[in-house]
Amino acid sequence: MMNKIMEAKAYVFGKNVDTDQIYPGRYLELVKPEEIAMHCLEGADPTFAAKMSKGDIVVAGTNFGCGSSREHAAITLINAGVSVVLAESFARIFFRNAINLALPLMVCPKISEKVNDEDKLVVDLLNGTVTNLTTGEVIVGEKISPSAMEILDAGGIKPLFRKKFAKV
Amino acid sequence: MHAIEKIMAKAAGKEKIVTGEIINCKIDFAEINDLYPQTIYSFWEMGGEKVWDKDKIAFVFDHYAPAPTIKTAQIHKEMRTFVKEQGLTHHFDINKGVCHQVMPEAGLVWPGMILVATDSHTTTHGAFGAFGTGLGATDMATVLLTGELWFRVPEVIKIEINGSLPKDVYAKDVILHILGQMKADAAVYKAIEFSGDYVDRIGVADRMTICNMAVEMGAKTAYMKPNQAVIAYVESRCKMPYEIQETDSDFIYAETYRFDVTQLSPSIAVPFSVDNVSPIESVEQVKVDQAFIGSCTGGRLEDIEAAYHILKGKKVCEGTRLVIIPASAEVLKKAIEKGYVVELIQAGATFTAPGCGPCLGTHAGLLAEGEVCISATNRNFPGRMGHSAGRIYLASPATVAASALMGKITDPRSL
Repeated sequence: MMNKIMEAKAYVFGKNVDTDQIYPGRYLELVKPEEIAMHCLEGADPTFAAKMSKGDIVVAGTNFGCGSSREHAAITLINAGVSVVLAESFARIFFRNAINLALPLMVCPKISEKVNDEDKLVVDLLNGTVTNLTTGEVIVGEKISPSAMEILDAGGIKPLFRKKFAKV
Repeated sequence: MHAIEKIMAKAAGKEKIVTGEIINCKIDFAEINDLYPQTIYSFWEMGGEKVWDKDKIAFVFDHYAPAPTIKTAQIHKEMRTFVKEQGLTHHFDINKGVCHQVMPEAGLVWPGMILVATDSHTTTHGAFGAFGTGLGATDMATVLLTGELWFRVPEVIKIEINGSLPKDVYAKDVILHILGQMKADAAVYKAIEFSGDYVDRIGVADRMTICNMAVEMGAKTAYMKPNQAVIAYVESRCKMPYEIQETDSDFIYAETYRFDVTQLSPSIAVPFSVDNVSPIESVEQVKVDQAFIGSCTGGRLEDIEAAYHILKGKKVCEGTRLVIIPASAEVLKKAIEKGYVVELIQAGATFTAPGCGPCLGTHAGLLAEGEVCISATNRNFPGRMGHSAGRIYLASPATVAASALMGKITDPRSL
């Protein structure tokens, strides 16, 4: 079962953070996990990958992950150790890719106005809440749907399908 | 129900579906481009052996065609092996062109179908009255296994476009203008129907350009009711039986927007976002290092023809380079036959092989630090076309050609 409560530092980004900012196209041919992690969010903040710690939380405005269908956008966040992404809305393909690869996401109205860089947050995925320990504010988000939670709990769509299709 | 809902309902084997419902749809065609070898790896990792239908899957080599690096050559090699082992009927190697152009050309796109591809610009196929949407690699691998995929039935936004365009103003200007007004998050997770007398009148290429950029507003899919031009195109190429769905007169749209294009100016999306759009009169005439005509948005015969009319008998400004990449081999052949290619080369343009080219920053005309490119493509995000301090202005092919001629951002109406 996936961890449902995360407590970590937040890094805040704006709206329309596109997949070229999350993972520039020129690195699409890379395959090693640690190499892919090195360029995480490089287009939005070139210092992010170096300064973040494993488990940290990405916070953003509306339409996070817009642009290309590249799965690398979710992979780089996972490989860098981002534990959850909280945004005001997510672009559709990014949302599907993240859930399929077991990167938790939560839609949280106005979250980018309620969190500052390096605020300490507690995210409760089951209850759909975010507590900002730095300011004391509790932010209510949208609970993850049961079907998405089933994929997250299985560790992604691959383990789920493997059970269905792999010959034992 | 909306025509889009009727397409989805039919594919799900249901009489009626409602907005927000999660349904499982049978996929009519799945297309994978060469950015996504992960599709094959995920297919194996999930226990895949044989794909669900060898006639309904194609690989298209376009983002890395021909291979610019050893790693990408390896990707092509692995994909060719997979295509051969699985005995796939359709395959588009490095000699064909951009996926969204070669699929309809090959007769694999028809009204009423559900088409998924590992590319966000799959909304393009709304031009043909098809439901087209983009997927990530692992989502696509589940399609290769099962031939099905879950969808949330989207809200539908109606964008009605009326009027006739002035001279030197094109479909690309129309969609950039709409993007500038509605913004990049206007249609996240929703579908967009384009209608109105302008849409009813225009040809296949213009319809494709508009539907192509629907995804830049976050749209899941785009839809235009097929007109006579689309029906003629499809019937001349496609052997599949097709069905044009009608939207019920009592269907309620989530939102409706109306645009009149009669007075429209050429539009430009200024760095660094697709919705940062201004009429050309209010854009600074910055010096242009590179002008690019190509991609699934702006590399069709009509786009090259627009450049030809502007540059015929003239010379691209010294200090500016003009890169033209036809969207497909068919487009290139026709451009040669019509004499556009020779004339444009004489004007100083350089042509490269059909494919995506520098649009997404993988090869064939990348930008150095601080360089400015005016481009007929679809995205101007930081780092999209090379160095993250390169600046991309999005415009119509005519505006791109006019800017190449003058060496600075130039209104084609001023020539």
